[in-house]
Amino acid sequence: MLVLAIDTATPAVTTGVVTVTGDGVEVRSSRVEINTRKHAELLMPLVLQACSDAGAALRDMDAFVVGAGPGPFTGLRVGMVTAAALGDALGRPVHGVCTLDAIAADCPTGEPLLVVTDARRREVYWAAYDEAGRRVDGPHVEAPASLTRRAGGYVAAGGMAAVLGRPVVGPESPSPGGLVAVAAEALRAGIIPGPLEPLYLRRPDAVEPTGRKRVTAG
Amino acid sequence: MIVMGFETSCDETGVGIVRMTGEGPELLANEVASSVEQHARFGGVVPEVASRAHLHAIVPAVRRALATAGITGRDVDVVAVTAGPGLAGALLVGVAAAKAYATAWDVPLYGVNHLAAHVAVDTLQHGPLPPALALLVSGGHSSLLDVPDLAGPITPIGATIDDAAGEAFDKVARLLGLPFPGGPHIDRVARDGDPDAIAFPRGLTGPRDASFDFSFSGLKTAVARHVEALERAGTPIPVADVAASFQEAVTDVLTAKAVRAARERGMDTLLLGGGVAANSRLRAMAEERCAAAGITLRVPRPGLCTDNGAMVAALGAHLAAAGAAPSPLDLPADSSMPVTEVLVSA
Ligand SMILES: [Zn+2]
Repeated sequence: MLVLAIDTATPAVTTGVVTVTGDGVEVRSSRVEINTRKHAELLMPLVLQACSDAGAALRDMDAFVVGAGPGPFTGLRVGMVTAAALGDALGRPVHGVCTLDAIAADCPTGEPLLVVTDARRREVYWAAYDEAGRRVDGPHVEAPASLTRRAGGYVAAGGMAAVLGRPVVGPESPSPGGLVAVAAEALRAGIIPGPLEPLYLRRPDAVEPTGRKRVTAG
Repeated sequence: MIVMGFETSCDETGVGIVRMTGEGPELLANEVASSVEQHARFGGVVPEVASRAHLHAIVPAVRRALATAGITGRDVDVVAVTAGPGLAGALLVGVAAAKAYATAWDVPLYGVNHLAAHVAVDTLQHGPLPPALALLVSGGHSSLLDVPDLAGPITPIGATIDDAAGEAFDKVARLLGLPFPGGPHIDRVARDGDPDAIAFPRGLTGPRDASFDFSFSGLKTAVARHVEALERAGTPIPVADVAASFQEAVTDVLTAKAVRAARERGMDTLLLGGGVAANSRLRAMAEERCAAAGITLRVPRPGLCTDNGAMVAALGAHLAAAGAAPSPLDLPADSSMPVTEVLVSA
């Protein structure tokens, strides 16, 4: 089963073609560019390059897997709407996975893990995983200082892993293989995915107006 | 040739489909999902709320548009999308979706200018457009444009130097305790009012203001002062009269400048577009003044005046029919795209 993976929830624009086998995943191609400001410009050309690297066409894909965040909103939406539109246009299922889970999938198991990525505004997105790699807490958004105080005994991964002062054991952003690995069981079982839900974890910045400002004094 | 157009520059998620024939574009579907109700309590469009709504609405809007048109995605020959101007994060959702559909269907992609699309939409209702002067007024724009040809360059000849006309409607509506968006409510309330009751200022219309630019900020402040003075005096606000007098001042300036610009540039067609073009007083005054000046007035029906995908499809159809080169796949969203750029080229 051929799957195209997409993630734009971190500073990286990530895409690649992955084969899901009976008991694992095989990465056929991977295209990653780090650029926080140009997710929308870079993504579709990278998708086509990833397909051509894998010797496949977009319409050969059996499914799409997309990182649903958490991540900075504008970039996150680029990947999600792209995957949703590709899936709709070609009549293929689109599986959303937690971006932090995909990073965790690229980390060794055996020790408790914290995956930490940049949420901007001096906060981080994070999730915790047990020794078997299962997510046991999160995803959350929080100031790094308070998370660091609870990080003893954990190893770390993700773009902001260094703030914890713990051993860093995994990548800064998800890989195509990690993204598809998270959805592999659902893909093999032929499960029809539910609607894509972005993990924003924050409400939009907007304040309801209270009384109006006067233009005249008094 | 069948063209699908995407529009997400503000708070409407629009997907439209047109069929281009030798006689021009024909409307097949025009699906619009609006997030306006989610913005109402904030008194204006909140960009992040709009962007979130676009992400949810866009694929369902495509499905509805295809169903309405009675076609499948495989029948689409061209995809067009608003590349700008507009809210950056909102534009990105439409641009990314359009790229994905165009790539998956293996058809050309046109990234087009939102203002030019507001002009092109009229051809869906009234047929081929001769060289025209366009007055576009909405919550986001107040522009006077010289449009010699839909596929060619557009010359901007006037724009607001502060608030957009629709923004002034929203702000005055709030002052009068009317809901957001203000345009339709001011229009309704003003019907019972006297447009000459209060002499509100006409911005940038003095003898030294020969330009075709607009200013509505002073008018908005004048309305606020008037209302506050009445409140201080404990006098009830004559809401209908204030609304009618405000609306009269806005439409007087808009139509006077538009007709003068058409005359000076030798144009015999004036096209009205944008959400505020649905205002009944603006339509009536434009008709009167155009008739007096021997100018033909064209105003698309309200559903085509407000932001929608059919207008983008219509412009894309004209560009494709004229043999324009498609936009590249790394097409960016350009929140401040100039109107001189009708199409993003490689
Ligand atoms: Zn508009």
